Amino acid sequence: MAGLAITFGSGAMTNSINEIPHSEVLFVIGSNTTEAHPVIGAKMKQAVANGAKLIVIDPRRIELAEMADVWLRLRPGTDIALVNGIMNIILSHGWEDKEFIAERTEEFEKFREQVQKFPPEVVSKLTGVPVEEMLEAARIYATAERAQIFYTLGITEHTCGTDNVMTLANLAMLTGNVGKENSGVNPLRGQNNVQGACDMGALPNTFPGYQNVTSPTVRAKFEEAWHVPLNPKPGFMIPDMFEAAISKDLRAMYIMGEDPVLTDADANHVRQGLETLDFLVVQNIFLSETAKLADVVLPGASFAEKSGTFTNTERRVQMVNQAIEPLGQARTDWEILCELAGRLGYAFDYESPAEIMAEIASLTPQYAGISFERLGTQGLQWPVPTAEHPGTKFLHEGKFSRGKGLFMPIEYQLPDELPDDEYPLLLGTGRKLSHYNVMTRNSAALESYSPEELAEMSPQDAERLGIKDGERVKVASRRGELETRVQVTDRVPPGMLWMTLHYKESPVNVLTNGAYDKVAKTYEYKVCGVKVRKL
Amino acid sequence: MEWITLTIDGRSVSVPKGTTVLQACRMNNIPIPTLCHDPELTATGSCRLCIVEIEGMRNLPPSCVTQATQGMVVRTRTEKVREARKTILELLVANHPLDCMTCQKMGSCDLAKYAYEYQVTGEAFSGGERRQLPIDDSNPFILRDPNKCILCGKCIRACEEVQGRSVLDFSYRGFNTQVGPAFNLPYAESECVFCGSCVSVCPVGALTEKEMVGQGRPWEVKKVQTTCPFCGTGCNFDLNVKDGKVIGVTSNPEAPVNGRALCVKGRFGMDMIHSPNRLTTPLIKKDGEFVEASWDEALSLVAEKLGEIKAQYGADSIAALSSARCTNEENYLMQKFMRAVIGTNNVDHCART
Repeated sequence: MAGLAITFGSGAMTNSINEIPHSEVLFVIGSNTTEAHPVIGAKMKQAVANGAKLIVIDPRRIELAEMADVWLRLRPGTDIALVNGIMNIILSHGWEDKEFIAERTEEFEKFREQVQKFPPEVVSKLTGVPVEEMLEAARIYATAERAQIFYTLGITEHTCGTDNVMTLANLAMLTGNVGKENSGVNPLRGQNNVQGACDMGALPNTFPGYQNVTSPTVRAKFEEAWHVPLNPKPGFMIPDMFEAAISKDLRAMYIMGEDPVLTDADANHVRQGLETLDFLVVQNIFLSETAKLADVVLPGASFAEKSGTFTNTERRVQMVNQAIEPLGQARTDWEILCELAGRLGYAFDYESPAEIMAEIASLTPQYAGISFERLGTQGLQWPVPTAEHPGTKFLHEGKFSRGKGLFMPIEYQLPDELPDDEYPLLLGTGRKLSHYNVMTRNSAALESYSPEELAEMSPQDAERLGIKDGERVKVASRRGELETRVQVTDRVPPGMLWMTLHYKESPVNVLTNGAYDKVAKTYEYKVCGVKVRKL
Repeated sequence: MEWITLTIDGRSVSVPKGTTVLQACRMNNIPIPTLCHDPELTATGSCRLCIVEIEGMRNLPPSCVTQATQGMVVRTRTEKVREARKTILELLVANHPLDCMTCQKMGSCDLAKYAYEYQVTGEAFSGGERRQLPIDDSNPFILRDPNKCILCGKCIRACEEVQGRSVLDFSYRGFNTQVGPAFNLPYAESECVFCGSCVSVCPVGALTEKEMVGQGRPWEVKKVQTTCPFCGTGCNFDLNVKDGKVIGVTSNPEAPVNGRALCVKGRFGMDMIHSPNRLTTPLIKKDGEFVEASWDEALSLVAEKLGEIKAQYGADSIAALSSARCTNEENYLMQKFMRAVIGTNNVDHCART
């Protein structure tokens, strides 16, 4: 999200999901949409049925690749080179939108010079993508009246994730493809309320509404609202927390609704950090792998047992409505927090989630006009600056949030750890359709349908290693090892092994690299070196 | 927009040009029975139940595929129309199991609704041959009883037009016509990804949610619209609740992002709510083992420990992970808790995954 915040001024999906079926061109990079966001994927397929052109950029032959007009099978981690190559082609053909660049953007010249360093022939060698395919993708995207970019974790989960995003922002600005219906840059956010959790300031550097904790005026506003002096020092981001725990700078953690032992990269390091703490509280609806390490476990209520709001990837704030009472003695997370705050001497006197939303609206400009009554059955897309405002379908119309769009020259960077002689296969990770992260294993129906990991391996590698479809293997990286069953498939290119994060029996994050993006501190889940041995 | 005026059952009504006769009727609260029609899917005019009389036209045209025109005179409730509809229903019922008492669809079955309305007894064509096809229960999600299928084709169109998968189609001919995956394979062996769009449009009991069978009747179930807790798409659906328990999920056509479309997890994964693995009591670790505790014990211990650690090492020695799975209100409170109560900005969540 940081990449779009820097270039556009707002780190969110610029357009709306229901614009997709009417798209002219879809440029999908680093998103296996039909599995990770299935309903959005279905809308992309509707767009193709309606005549839209589809460009897919992914190392794996995902479902969308099968139906793409152009599928660029790049080497993992070479996105910057590829997109710079495409922009080089656009500029050399004069396909850029000169009027948009002049009126709506700044720093174009520096960017243009940088792109000159990426002639298609060089890029082709770096990425493995033939020049003519790049040319075709450039032509389709740049010459369309309106084109939309979609990306997700295939772009952000790299040590150069923020730079990857800014490269895509450059591409959109270069062709004037932002600020209109069916035309924008759209990060498909992974989790039900990851947009909302960011909006609410569950981040170490911002209060709700992305208001910076280092700003004295912002702090004064929150100090007045909350009647306490506030700490001006930005806090730890997730990777820092485990480091700080190991060095004893951090003594206690309170983990609500997350399972970092399974979901954060270099899981053994995460586990070590948590085990070093003096005190760990975990609040969850299941006894997660992280909860097993806790001193105290507090049973939360599921989404069916509470009311509140989630904000989806298109910035739509929607109601979660309580359907049943919390199970057993479980309590909603908000009630637990109120109780704890009281015991620590600060009264959280909220009668209901609606009352909390009223306070959110009073302090968060994007949510100022939101109330439970207004959300009803259809929700509202932020920004909603006033109680009369109808919400915002697409962003940056006529003007970027930051004023002018900022071109950023981006240099090509290699992943932190590439395969070598000792760890010769490249491991990529992600999700599959039948599960959602680590929680849906608790659905008996989904579990019976999809009970175990099936690591994807190319027929060439399988033959070389003497592994047959369905056989069990040991996979090891510099950080850990696991056992899994293998599926031999040409969905992955030779040299690549691909696994999901869903299965604690084959916990892929013991393998992944804990190196992270320098700005967003997102781990490099998508590239590391592993070796595979038949069991 | 160009408007036209037509007469329906003696009433003069105005509708936008391009409206079908069926839409014109429904916009004006004139009821027309339909089985194969769905506003989100291509109109095929195959069930013929929506037939009406239109002056100047021979036969009885199906209103779903007939464009309304200026000055058109439509009659929807004449004896001729009602007789023809009744015959269509009699023919459908003649080859449809009448096990309504135990059918999961009882109470929300369109065929039963219209058969009742048109006083169809099933006797007009009784004694004819009936299908005896095997039930497909090959998968954990969808129960397919081809004997109940009325061949309306809505599932085929939903699979193709909404989901873009085209797993289903008609096979065989005439009396033997069936709907199913290629080669009449069971769902489990087909390319189906179990989004359940087919179930959401089936007007009869041919396609039902397997987990909900026997769990409750439509009139016993409270439907609560809510937002899916999995990916960031933000699909809405109805939790079906009976006796304080979620028995399943059904589509809510008013859902702003997804309409009736869902994925396998959102539609069929909600048995997770009542999983036996759910935590239902606070736990405190004593000598390496978890021991059940009261809320008072657990919260007192947390407050005491956090207080001690803050006093000894400072507020910045405490950190929290909030959650992209929890509500906005809970995330707001967690960051406020850390900032205003503990006194640190050490709060983050997996914003990056």
